[in-house]
Amino acid sequence: MTDHTTKAFDADLQEIARLVSEMGGLTEKQIGDSVDALSRQDGPLAQRVISLDSKVDALQREIEEKSVLTIARRQPMAVDLRDVIGALRLANDLERIGDLAKNIAKRVPAIDGDVQLQKVMRGVEHMADLVLTQVKDVLDAYARRDLNKALAVWRGDEEIDAVNNSLFRELLTYMMEDPRNITLCIHLLFCAKNIERMGDHATNIAETVYYMVEGHPIMDERPKGDTTASARIALRQ
Amino acid sequence: MSIASTESRAPHLPNIAVSHAPSGATRLDEKVSVRNLNFYYGDNRALKNINVPLYAGLVTAFIGPSGCGKSTLLRILNRIYDLYPNQRAEGEVLLDGKNILVGKQDLNLLRARVGMVFQKPTPFPMSIYENIAFGIRLYESLPKSELDDRVESALRRGALWDEVKDKLGNNGLSLSGGQQQRLCIARTVAVKPEVILLDEPCSALDPISTAKIEELIDELSADYTIAIVTHNMQQAARVSNYTAFMYLGEMIEFDTTDKIFTTPRDTRTQDYITGRFG
Repeated sequence: MTDHTTKAFDADLQEIARLVSEMGGLTEKQIGDSVDALSRQDGPLAQRVISLDSKVDALQREIEEKSVLTIARRQPMAVDLRDVIGALRLANDLERIGDLAKNIAKRVPAIDGDVQLQKVMRGVEHMADLVLTQVKDVLDAYARRDLNKALAVWRGDEEIDAVNNSLFRELLTYMMEDPRNITLCIHLLFCAKNIERMGDHATNIAETVYYMVEGHPIMDERPKGDTTASARIALRQ
Repeated sequence: MSIASTESRAPHLPNIAVSHAPSGATRLDEKVSVRNLNFYYGDNRALKNINVPLYAGLVTAFIGPSGCGKSTLLRILNRIYDLYPNQRAEGEVLLDGKNILVGKQDLNLLRARVGMVFQKPTPFPMSIYENIAFGIRLYESLPKSELDDRVESALRRGALWDEVKDKLGNNGLSLSGGQQQRLCIARTVAVKPEVILLDEPCSALDPISTAKIEELIDELSADYTIAIVTHNMQQAARVSNYTAFMYLGEMIEFDTTDKIFTTPRDTRTQDYITGRFG
């Protein structure tokens, strides 16, 4: 797109986009590190994830301030207005993703010394990998205003839901097998839930990117695969 | 071009456009229809095949860079251009379905039906009262008391009454710029026009006077069909139901104001409203 007549307007928008990308990079790191800390029982790494959150929050505030200032100063229209509104929404979703990663990191000390369920842990890691790819792709889609990539992320959430479902059933089975597994399994269940919700935020971002480019929301029905809300178990055998 | 589809889309308008329409109107009435209009300053073709409606009871804004022809278009709608030699229009401008460009049109009557307010306030060098009464006397002979009522109601419609009611005998030129402009709007409204043309009515005014005029446009739009030319894009976005973007004498895009300022179809429109025009 051609530049604005007022160069400073371009600089404002570029700065906002740069901050969003920086924030995205940090949350990607939070996701990866939180799950690494979980599977490796790495307390110090978990602590670093937690302390990184204040930096992510600070970036969100900075994006908000810059966006409000740009709206007040430049009265952006059409695609520019969507750019600014989109950045605000992205910052919100990224902040939530950071919080969810922090939640996982906070559980690391609670799980300490209780790692006999390596197989379940692999499931959580796999799910985190999928989500991390989604987040990376959607931030890429944002940086390049890539409609197809955004739509791919939007549709890709189904796979994460599927992994979450099977993980949920697996953890239920372990808990029923031996009540001593319950503490660990509940923690891992929450971690899986947190990861699944990161995926939801990635699809939110995909929708925002689509809106920024096209000027209207995605009209399709999104494929959804999360069935854990209606999962049933037999209480008595 | 986008114009062709306008009519078929009209019934599916967003709320803002329809809510301003006269009550009971299920579809938009074209108070003024500009059809295949070309305009020449001597040999210079200033307007190229313009098609655009002015919907009854709605505000239509004309935007575009200087020299795009928007003021020229406005000047055709009440045939002010007739005052100048070597200017001619081809095509049709239908007012209630009747072409006003044909020769036998009574121009005084036309200009009473289609009033105009200019960029610079142009009060007559006479009293505030006479500024309003002058136009009324041209078309009607009223007893003094009735004329007084008409002057008062026009000044009220112009949102000026409270500020001038104790000094109606003062010279119109003694008012501030914003007041003078509202006096001109009141003067236009006084002869009970059907269409009001506003050619950058706020460009010489401070923000408070501008806000008062915008409020006035909002109120007047219930009873009149209004066309406004403005360089202030935010103003167009605020006061109008429909917006037309013109460039180099052509009508590039015409649509609901919401659409033009959020998701315009033409890249030239987008470049203009986002401040990217070279």
